[in-house]
Amino acid sequence: MEKHKLICINCPMGCHLEVTKTENGGWLVEGNQCKRGTSYAIRELTEPTRVLTSTVIIKNGFLPRLPVRTETAIPKEKIYKAMDVINKVVVEAPVKVGDVIVENILDTGINVIASRNM
Amino acid sequence: MENYDLVVIGGGPAGLAAAIEARKNGVEKILVIERDRELGGILQQCIHNGFGLHVFNEELSGPEYAGRFITELMSMDIEYKLDTMVLDVTDDKVIHAINQQDGYITIQAKAVILSMGCRERTAGAINIPGTRPSGVFTAGTAQRFINMEGYMVGKRVVILGSGDIGLIMARRMTLEGAKVLAVVEVLPYSGGLTRNIVQCLDDFDIPLYLSHTVIDIKGNKRVEGVTIAEVDENRKPIPGTEISYDCDTLLLSVGLIPENELTAQAGAQLDPHTNGPFVNESMETSRDGIFACGNVVHVHDLVDFVTEESRRAGRGAARYIQNKLVSNGQAFKTKPLNGVSYIVPQTVRIENVEKNLDLFLRVRKVYKNVKLVIKGDDEVIKEIKKRNLAPGEMEHLTLPVNSLTGKSFEYLTIEVKEEA
Repeated sequence: MEKHKLICINCPMGCHLEVTKTENGGWLVEGNQCKRGTSYAIRELTEPTRVLTSTVIIKNGFLPRLPVRTETAIPKEKIYKAMDVINKVVVEAPVKVGDVIVENILDTGINVIASRNM
Repeated sequence: MENYDLVVIGGGPAGLAAAIEARKNGVEKILVIERDRELGGILQQCIHNGFGLHVFNEELSGPEYAGRFITELMSMDIEYKLDTMVLDVTDDKVIHAINQQDGYITIQAKAVILSMGCRERTAGAINIPGTRPSGVFTAGTAQRFINMEGYMVGKRVVILGSGDIGLIMARRMTLEGAKVLAVVEVLPYSGGLTRNIVQCLDDFDIPLYLSHTVIDIKGNKRVEGVTIAEVDENRKPIPGTEISYDCDTLLLSVGLIPENELTAQAGAQLDPHTNGPFVNESMETSRDGIFACGNVVHVHDLVDFVTEESRRAGRGAARYIQNKLVSNGQAFKTKPLNGVSYIVPQTVRIENVEKNLDLFLRVRKVYKNVKLVIKGDDEVIKEIKKRNLAPGEMEHLTLPVNSLTGKSFEYLTIEVKEEA
């Protein structure tokens, strides 16, 4: 039986998870203190994802950089390619928190949004 | 001299939550004083996600978390002053402050909330040998340069200290194209949250060297290299274990210091364990009507806990102004014993506790499968099993007030008990 040790990154609790692949192809997750731990563990071992946060250039803003983030987690292997896209973006103030800055980044179906007003 | 019911010093997450909560509890004339160019404090540069899971049940970035409180504060028409430096707080609650618009001002407050936060320990505070070229930054300074001002601080980076800001910056600099060669921690365990080790270092194959420190910085104008070495149990470098890196930048994430100059000027007593003021259940310092909350009291890992603590300070200040705080009745002190480095609050007057008593503490080292034992003098009140305890992760205990009432004890103690 395949066993994995993981640390849940869903929240700052950082639960220590023990994940076992069962004989019928399912997963047994132990050590989590909430149900998000189970879905995290399975996703982490099959198709890991991360929320990406960065900044884009903003013109005529209070600051020269606007913080942005992906609305939800994107596939981990696309993080660097997503950075390449984000690094080319220039926006103009005013921007409101939640405004879409990059639509459907790398065809993930996930938008990059502004994470503050400026 | 101007008059206010409540003056809040510091417009970061602690000050914002305290001011809003005080208003919700009936305090009319409130002023928040902030020395930076905008409200929100350090959250404005913490663009990573993970804030708000407890308070909003969602995962927000720092600016988003701050933004919600700023919007609420403004909707309540709570007054605030930016770019304003408080010079002195007297024990009779007169605030002396200065800014370019008003010049020198004095304000008489009925109650004061101290929420100045903390600052980073710098290179000067940790005695690193070697030269002093440019390219040595605290992690928070680098974070502000990159995330707010748009300046990249270096290309090849070594990070000393594994506090959360250092870990977050290891990832951030990597994403922005820098090569982070190593994170070096003098202690045998990391000072940051475990999840940050996973998502900031492991994800990017950045090595973490525990029980190692920087023993030399090379370079005259700019950092040219850094040498690290393993340390023994007395934190002395072990000859023969040196590793040298060619790098242009050294980031320091070597601890945070609560910023308590004003607290001391106001005459409030400081706890040598937290480096913050002694506080009671209502977050009041040893000075009547002067309250404190957030990182100025003790350095938190999570802003959500800062918010909860600051709301308590806001309610406490409101009750003080309305003469509703009870100063007699059943009271006790808290005392950290075996394995526990500090407990906040340090004193409790039971009649002011709402439903539950919230206790925050840190342990001295890493423990596995132990119990936290809470006692009133020698009588056990509660035992809590803990699978993992680490100094980098603050523990939050909640005791129902009815488990404490009617008992008479002088000290509530908390200790770590290892299984036999």
